[in-house]
Amino acid sequence: MEDIKIPKENSIKIFFNILKVWFKSFHEAIINFFRIFIKGNFITKLSFIFMGLGCKLRGQLVKGLLYFATQLCYIVYMITFGWNYVTNITTLGTTSQYQVWNETLQINENLPGDNSMLILLFSVVTIIISLTMFIMYVKSVSASYKCELLKRDGIKPDGFMDDFKSLFDKNFHKTLLTLPTLGVIVTVILPLIFMILIAFTNFDKTHQPPGKLFTWVGFQNFKEVFWSNPLKSYTFSRLLTWTFIWAFCATFSNYILGMLLAIVINKKGIRFKGFWRTMFVLTIAVPQFVTLLLMSRMLHDLGPVNVFLQNIGLISEPIKFLTNGSTAKIVIILVNIWVGVPYTMLITSGILMNIPEELYESAKIDGAGPASIFTKITLPYMLFVTTPYLITQFIGNINNFNVIYLLTGGGPLSLKYFQAGETDLLVTWLYKMTVTEQNYALASTIGIIVLVISATLSLIAYNNSASVKKEDTFQ
Amino acid sequence: MIENAQLEGNKITLQKEKKVKLKSNSKKNKVSNGLIYALLTLLSIIWFIPLAWLILSSFRAEPGAFTTYIMPKAYTFDNYIKLFTETSLFNYPRWFLNTLVVAIFSCLLSTFFILGVSYALSRLRFKMRRPMMNIALILGMFPGFMSMIAIYHILKAMGLEQSLVSLVLVYSGGSGLQYYISKGFFDTIPKALDEAATLDGASKSTIFWKITLPLSRPIITYSILTSFLAPWVDFIFVSVIMKDNYSNYTIALGLYQMLTRENIYKYFTQFCAGAVIIAIPITILFIKMQKNFVEGVTGGSTKG
Repeated sequence: MEDIKIPKENSIKIFFNILKVWFKSFHEAIINFFRIFIKGNFITKLSFIFMGLGCKLRGQLVKGLLYFATQLCYIVYMITFGWNYVTNITTLGTTSQYQVWNETLQINENLPGDNSMLILLFSVVTIIISLTMFIMYVKSVSASYKCELLKRDGIKPDGFMDDFKSLFDKNFHKTLLTLPTLGVIVTVILPLIFMILIAFTNFDKTHQPPGKLFTWVGFQNFKEVFWSNPLKSYTFSRLLTWTFIWAFCATFSNYILGMLLAIVINKKGIRFKGFWRTMFVLTIAVPQFVTLLLMSRMLHDLGPVNVFLQNIGLISEPIKFLTNGSTAKIVIILVNIWVGVPYTMLITSGILMNIPEELYESAKIDGAGPASIFTKITLPYMLFVTTPYLITQFIGNINNFNVIYLLTGGGPLSLKYFQAGETDLLVTWLYKMTVTEQNYALASTIGIIVLVISATLSLIAYNNSASVKKEDTFQ
Repeated sequence: MIENAQLEGNKITLQKEKKVKLKSNSKKNKVSNGLIYALLTLLSIIWFIPLAWLILSSFRAEPGAFTTYIMPKAYTFDNYIKLFTETSLFNYPRWFLNTLVVAIFSCLLSTFFILGVSYALSRLRFKMRRPMMNIALILGMFPGFMSMIAIYHILKAMGLEQSLVSLVLVYSGGSGLQYYISKGFFDTIPKALDEAATLDGASKSTIFWKITLPLSRPIITYSILTSFLAPWVDFIFVSVIMKDNYSNYTIALGLYQMLTRENIYKYFTQFCAGAVIIAIPITILFIKMQKNFVEGVTGGSTKG
């Protein structure tokens, strides 16, 4: 990890530094681009119009042809496909699906109108393709110019076979990185841009393509979630509060209890350490959706926990573990302890061993009991070392879909909420908006808000991980 | 002499005191250790009860999700057999195959992606290296399923909706971003090896395949196992992508369907059986790779 220097300084500063460097290299590239146009000879000037012409005429036949082919493909793509969509991006379509009386069949026929969803999606795709194309274009021009310079010095430019061979040696990184980068663009970057854009439209149940159009609404959705729509903003504020309470309780209960468990198992003189560990690890080894679904049935009003308590005569009525809002919240946190403590135990075991033995011994000499050793030495040390882990866990819990959805499904439902239940987190609300309600605009808005929260916390995490690097300052 | 004797005497009394102290300590230790054993036993039982209930229910002969008693009245293997014979509504073998196929392909793709990216970022030096690592760092902050709406529509526009191919794409597409752990591993392999090979005329690609990869068995196993396990335990993506296409469900979504209100009475015990069947191999794999796993997580979080 020697290369990631992000944590060293304030990450905001670093972010701006990155921007600055990018801007600078961009600036240089543009100046270089125009310099080539002025200095280059006629053929190089022509390569500004026909990509790869310079390469083709100077010995790099295949490379030049490939450049030219990409240019042709791009032009064909734009004319037949891309242009139609990009020009519609301001309106997202004007004609919705309409009906026409069909004389021969004697029925009303649906004729397709514009599809807002496809317009938005393909516009984004086209913009990304165009940007890539632009970079290729600049590269092709500088490649042509390079050929000209080489030829002037009487050196033969690399042929296609040389280029191909360099993909396994000098340019091996291109071979290794092309597919993964493409994967990230298609499944991470493109969806992210698309999602951010949807949040500024009215894409919901009443505006479903292909039947209906949706269009840009600006910050309408954000306004509704924050203040202008009482039902939505009430739901949002309540769910946000619960999300934070949940994330806080879940993270710290797991952290402290898991650490205590690890300390107890690692204590000198305790035997069968492997056995105890395995007993707890079993629960995280079984897939979460199985254990959580099972827990939700165990805690059902008619489930075995209630049956057991009734059979031994402790209670006469079943306890509403998951169907009463406030009990459900507590039960969820308890179940999460069951799910998460073994995990923390595994993680913290190793770090606990690293605490210098002298610290404990001197504390013992000073007459400290186990409780004060834990609160005065172990906990501060662990907090110091594992802050980044804690923050990652906190973010993980903000986005902890599984525990909530599989245990209660967000229920019990409440009429005071906008299509949400009392134990819903923002992310499970988002999931419901997407899958059952098809209110994509609202879902994307929530998504962006959660994303901003997580990103801010991540930045803090990376800031704080500097503390890990300056470990010797502890004490 | 006298002084010496006195000193010796002092030493002896000191030692005696120490022994006494040790004895009382060990007595105290025994009591506290006893308490700890009791606590650990109790906790293990609490932690094991749900799993025990899962296994018991999977052998229960009486149908129904909830009974008015804890221990089953009769035991049977039928739940397991029915999973593979009665496939008209819930096609367990089919789901199992689906998950296996998706797991194998996404595992191959993501292992290739992860190893390639981390090798390039660890060993090769090129202009876009730092910017790429920064971008990956920023992109890694976004929880993947937040943009699932968009992914669904993109897959739909590509004509891949509700297909297994789309699942493979979703599970492995972004895997290049998870390069931290294996890059950390590659960083520890001595660079002298590469240099020696370069002197002998080996190309970068030869070094990657013939030198680095054979030395990286642990990290390869780790990448393979984690990416192989993902499809077995994921619930979110598959439910967004598959919707109502029952024949392309994976195990997780299929088992979830068995517990809906209409089905739970008839199928609860079969759900348990199905869950046990997939839990066994996963548990074994997990316990085997426990060490790798911990190193991965702590290495990733504490080294930043």
